[in-house]
Amino acid sequence: MKSENHTWFLQGMRDGIPIALGYFAVSLTLGITAKKAGLTALQSLLASLTNHASAGEFIGFTLIAAGASYLELCIMEAVANARYLLMSCSLSQKLSPDTSLLHRLIIGFFVTDEIFGVSISVPGKLNPFYTYGVISVASPGWVIGTYLGVILGNLLPLRAVSALGVGLYGMFIAVFIPQARKSRIVAGLVVISFCASLIFSKVPVFAQISSGIRIIILTLVISLTAAVLFPIDEETEKGKKETTAEDTAHGKEVLS
Amino acid sequence: MTHNVYVYLFVMAATTYLIRVLPLTLIRREIKNRTIRSFLYYVPYVTLAVMTFPAILDATQSTWSALAALITAILLAWFGQSLFVVSVASCVIVFILELIIL
Repeated sequence: MKSENHTWFLQGMRDGIPIALGYFAVSLTLGITAKKAGLTALQSLLASLTNHASAGEFIGFTLIAAGASYLELCIMEAVANARYLLMSCSLSQKLSPDTSLLHRLIIGFFVTDEIFGVSISVPGKLNPFYTYGVISVASPGWVIGTYLGVILGNLLPLRAVSALGVGLYGMFIAVFIPQARKSRIVAGLVVISFCASLIFSKVPVFAQISSGIRIIILTLVISLTAAVLFPIDEETEKGKKETTAEDTAHGKEVLS
Repeated sequence: MTHNVYVYLFVMAATTYLIRVLPLTLIRREIKNRTIRSFLYYVPYVTLAVMTFPAILDATQSTWSALAALITAILLAWFGQSLFVVSVASCVIVFILELIIL
């Protein structure tokens, strides 16, 4: 069991590298926002260390700059981060029911789009040590990036920031496309999600809704509709089990 | 009323953590309801897809380099490349294309 945890941790560290790079690029710009809001480098570092939330921190810094009330800040944080509530629900089913409370408390602290994305994509149940491996590499990228963003400001070459900025999306794609290949329903949902998201961001009436709320509304509507129309059946579960055996064997081969 | 930065930071952290940790700690068992199971099964893919597009198009200096990265990433992921390869390749494509077109 110990060596299994070890293997998962190493695998997590590997998958954490692209996340760390993407985080670094995003958090640099976040640091610049923090500086504008009047935060010191150390305060920004503290914010990133305790939040690990891009949109949440952006909104937070903006509100701090505006001198908003604590209640306003609390409400806006809840809105900006509401999608994590859904992800956390989804992740609760990915954990084995006998996963200890301590593991849940730690993983809960790090439910970000990216860490959630890779954790949900491992075959079978989630071994917490995989997520810890990811965190060990990705989190420093986020925290240090924010710190350097405040200090270095706009000194960084735009080209590098631009290229790194796309990395996080590349990771998202690497999570949902393989599943879309396996399941026509997921493939259809991806196409629908792309189209709906495009419409929502371009049509004036919807475009005024904040991106956080937009993501929640679209996720709820599309996933719920799909769940009613195409409930997952035993075949899907079976398919899952087959991939589990296959992928685990493959993983062991690579790591041994 | 003057506000303390550290209280601000605490409010941010506490709100964010509660949202993330409550479902994970409160939902300890496997959900049996088929519709809810299906819903939670679809959520990750839908939400990641919604977050990716069209936001990716604004992530770089040029919409075209981003579009090229999107297509490259989809193709590589479709043909079974790892998360790391897909992610790094999309960055490299943007970097090379922007060297040429900008």
